Amino acid sequence: MYGWIFSHLPGPLWARVLISILLIVTVILLLLTIVFPWLSQFNPLTDSTIGTPGS
Amino acid sequence: MARARRHRRRRGRSPLQTVIQIAGELLITFGVILLLFVGWELWWTNIESNQKQEAAIETLMEDFDAPVVPQDTDEDLKDYGEPIVMDPVQDGESFAVVYIPRFGAEFTRPVTDGVGVSVLDNLGLGHYPQTAMPGEVGNFALAGHRQTHGMVLDAIHTLVPGDRIYVQTKDGYYTYVYRNNQIVLPNRLDVIAPVPTQLGVVPTERMMTLTSCNPRFGAEERIIAYSVMESWQPLSAGPPAEIAPLVASNAEKGA
Repeated sequence: MYGWIFSHLPGPLWARVLISILLIVTVILLLLTIVFPWLSQFNPLTDSTIGTPGS
Repeated sequence: MARARRHRRRRGRSPLQTVIQIAGELLITFGVILLLFVGWELWWTNIESNQKQEAAIETLMEDFDAPVVPQDTDEDLKDYGEPIVMDPVQDGESFAVVYIPRFGAEFTRPVTDGVGVSVLDNLGLGHYPQTAMPGEVGNFALAGHRQTHGMVLDAIHTLVPGDRIYVQTKDGYYTYVYRNNQIVLPNRLDVIAPVPTQLGVVPTERMMTLTSCNPRFGAEERIIAYSVMESWQPLSAGPPAEIAPLVASNAEKGA
């Protein structure tokens, strides 16, 4: 899958390496800023309140 | 060129192999993302939350604007009469600063109304709405994370009976003395009752209750720390001697 994506990126080798790094960084940033904060509220291990949280 | 390379790669590979290859790559990706999440939750949330809490303390200290050196060095426990109790605040509003010397000379955290995810994950200690305000007869109940998001109550089990917990509001300093802790199941709402664990009893004491998860990296139980108010002093009297240096450094940041 990743090999297929890599071979379909345009440009010479150095450009494809650069684009790959940019893509990976973008995905990680999306995870850290949007996906993980949202996912964190479903983590039962960090619940420190008594009764139903939020009540 | 790309076409030729693709043909070379595809040659001699059955559809099944391709499916297995993609499934394997996806599984590895999922594993890496999971590791990232663990790292983010256990490490990065602390940095982010600590920054927000420091900013909240700075804002509060600007509002308090009071002397930062003890004004009554002769009489440590001067009687200022009945404590002033502030009115309840809106959900999400920070209204107090807590100092717990047992957790380290630098331990200072803001208190915000509400115990929802948005408060506890960002601003540290959350005040259970409907419970008493600092200095009020009844139970001033707070929740805080033990791990992640600033780990505000990570050291809650190290409190020793007699330890002081100081709460600063716009009206004054309320000194609570830690009494005991209790480990309960998460559904024990009665620990934040006006008289802890005794529902329906009219309170006569000024209590403070801290709740956090237990064990440290789990949440099967809750650890509860009870304290009783010992004294109070108005802001104009300056901070209690034990926390004076920290109050001064907080005020400096807020200036």
